[in-house]
Amino acid sequence: MTAVDLGMPGLPTAPRGVGHLRGDEPFPDAARTALRNGQQRANLGHATTTIRNKRARVVAELPDWAQLREAGRALKAATMARLDDHLEELERQVTAHGGTVHWARDANEANEIVTRLVQATGATEVVKVKSMATQEIGLNEALEAAGLDVFETDLAELIVQLGEDKPSHILVPAIHKNRAEIREIFARTIPGVDPGLTDDPRQLAMAARAHLRERFLRARVAVSGANFGVAETGTLCVVESEGNGRMCLTLPDTLITVMGIEKVVPTWRDLEVFLQLLPRSSTGERMNPYTSTWAGVTPGDGPQEFHLVLLDNGRTAVLADEVGREALHCIRCSACLNVCPVYERTGGHAYGSVYPGPIGAILSPQLTGVEDNASLPYASSLCGACYDVCPVAIDIPKILVHLRGEHVEAQTRLTPEAAAFRALSAAMSRPWLWHLTQRASRLGRLLARGKPTLPRVLPPPASGWTRSRDLPTPPTSTFVESWTREHGR
Amino acid sequence: MKVALFATCLVDTLTPQVARATAVLLQRLGHEVVVPPTQACCGQMHVNTGYRREAVPIVANHVRAFAGAEAIVAPSGSCVASIHHQQADVARRAGEHRLADDAAELAGRTYELSQFLVDVLGVTDVGAYYPHRVTYHPTCHSLRLLRVGDRPLQLLRAVRGLELVELPGAEQCCGFGGTFAVKNADTSTAMLTDKMANVLSTHAEVCTAGDASCLLHIGGGLSRLKAGTRTVHLAEILASTEEAVTPDQTTRPAMSV
Repeated sequence: MTAVDLGMPGLPTAPRGVGHLRGDEPFPDAARTALRNGQQRANLGHATTTIRNKRARVVAELPDWAQLREAGRALKAATMARLDDHLEELERQVTAHGGTVHWARDANEANEIVTRLVQATGATEVVKVKSMATQEIGLNEALEAAGLDVFETDLAELIVQLGEDKPSHILVPAIHKNRAEIREIFARTIPGVDPGLTDDPRQLAMAARAHLRERFLRARVAVSGANFGVAETGTLCVVESEGNGRMCLTLPDTLITVMGIEKVVPTWRDLEVFLQLLPRSSTGERMNPYTSTWAGVTPGDGPQEFHLVLLDNGRTAVLADEVGREALHCIRCSACLNVCPVYERTGGHAYGSVYPGPIGAILSPQLTGVEDNASLPYASSLCGACYDVCPVAIDIPKILVHLRGEHVEAQTRLTPEAAAFRALSAAMSRPWLWHLTQRASRLGRLLARGKPTLPRVLPPPASGWTRSRDLPTPPTSTFVESWTREHGR
Repeated sequence: MKVALFATCLVDTLTPQVARATAVLLQRLGHEVVVPPTQACCGQMHVNTGYRREAVPIVANHVRAFAGAEAIVAPSGSCVASIHHQQADVARRAGEHRLADDAAELAGRTYELSQFLVDVLGVTDVGAYYPHRVTYHPTCHSLRLLRVGDRPLQLLRAVRGLELVELPGAEQCCGFGGTFAVKNADTSTAMLTDKMANVLSTHAEVCTAGDASCLLHIGGGLSRLKAGTRTVHLAEILASTEEAVTPDQTTRPAMSV
């Protein structure tokens, strides 16, 4: 593919059979299972509450937060409007600084490119910086299938990898595990680990550190994602907390960065806004410990070979939707996950995609096409907490509702639900028919047989309500009816 | 002032006492109340479930029913938020630009009850008497879409005899979410359970809110548990006086009102 295709209309959604954007079962079924995991709910409740409160404290410190948020939103909107230009400028600058740019239409192309690049170095193992883009395309599986060893170096990502688990949070992939569970994973999987390892966080971190240090020092190839790619200067930027990223970005001979095309920002100065918005929103810190930036290669310093893989995988298709495209503004802070009452209870795995929570519920269905993730736009009570905390003001509830509309309008056959909603629409737009419908609801009084509530066992869809909640017996008269009787028309 | 009352489809059909209380309250404050008999629904349930095309005739009916009204008041933050944020959008999307303009114009004169009382009428003490221990749940759409803020609390604090207790985790959703309560019944119930635990921890007799839909949810859960705490709409509390105590809401089948 060529540079001019990316960011331009007409590219397809993310392909099936590769990567982690689709779940095995619809959200309500996956959630039902997850809700029964009491340990996970306790871990999630504790963790999300802690981060949520930290975020609220550090955001409240900035008197100009609302203006920063609006600046972030405006910058993203302006960038998306000329995405193709910015991407080509990024390519020119990265190339001018000695890097090589590759354009990947989808997950398969990106995986092929990275695998080929690693194999060309002759290395047999790869160290990785935590990256959502490479999780999205299933890069680890692709590299392993090619006989390469892949080592995640972010602590939480390492926990997930060693536990043969899946990430459940954008920022804290192991948020569903507590320290006792992590101790068990380390004791079982890290070769030569101290058998007296306790669940003390410091001890756990030291065990991971000893395990990883050896790999950093011998690694010849690293793979990273990118938080930002600055078009004007050809600079890539990775923001992290642990320093593992800095090790991966500086020690190996070859660095391969996989970046979603929406991560481009036009100018260096734009980072001023985003580097204030991101850490406060994600970890609840004023500034994150490590911010690495690099442009191409520098002779005698750091990697001597740098490749940037620009990934589409459905993003251009998202850009084509005037309402939904705002989802591409996401800077992956995960503030929306931490405040979401649904996420807090079900955890991330229930969403089936590497992008869980409110942002996942609008991003995953758009990347794959709504019909491949049709239950996700409904996985929200539309409470709006996500929109309030989003540092770039993505109106997530509005997009959720929009995608529900897209799903409904994509149906080619009349579903029982659609028939019911059409009938109700007909009634609610004709007063005489509406009054008749309301009167018909009084038949519920027969079912109640004088009791204040309807029976617990009702046919679907009412059963969805009555399994856990009482439904009051309908009254003998509506308000409008009795008022009109008393006052006349 | 002449106030047109939008009962909302749910209140009108299932909890008519809430609309009655709203009317009684506004009349007591010296205003003329009219109830357009052709009103039905704002269209929110259709829009939020994905049936935005089917919502258009519902919006049209609503606009017809309330055309010419000086001020429209509804005892529901959620329906008023839909009127403000969704009606014009769905009409415009369907190419009904005239309807969209009319809906937007009508939305400008449509108020949620607590906003109408505090902002338009400028009252916080409505002369109510309600000798009960009460906790207040700020419903999501009142809180985040309409930004009603502490207006309901200002109104409740001025009620004689009322003991207001703070609800822990008040700003967390109760899990209703319209058809979410049925489509994702398990997750909705998990959210409800945590909300009820917080409500019950206050030992309040009454949990109140500005939305009958959320109260139907919380109340339905409390009723299933045979809990002593009942749900009562803000309008019913504000309508209560020494002379006219709001009838009990949940112990008997609702009678004609």
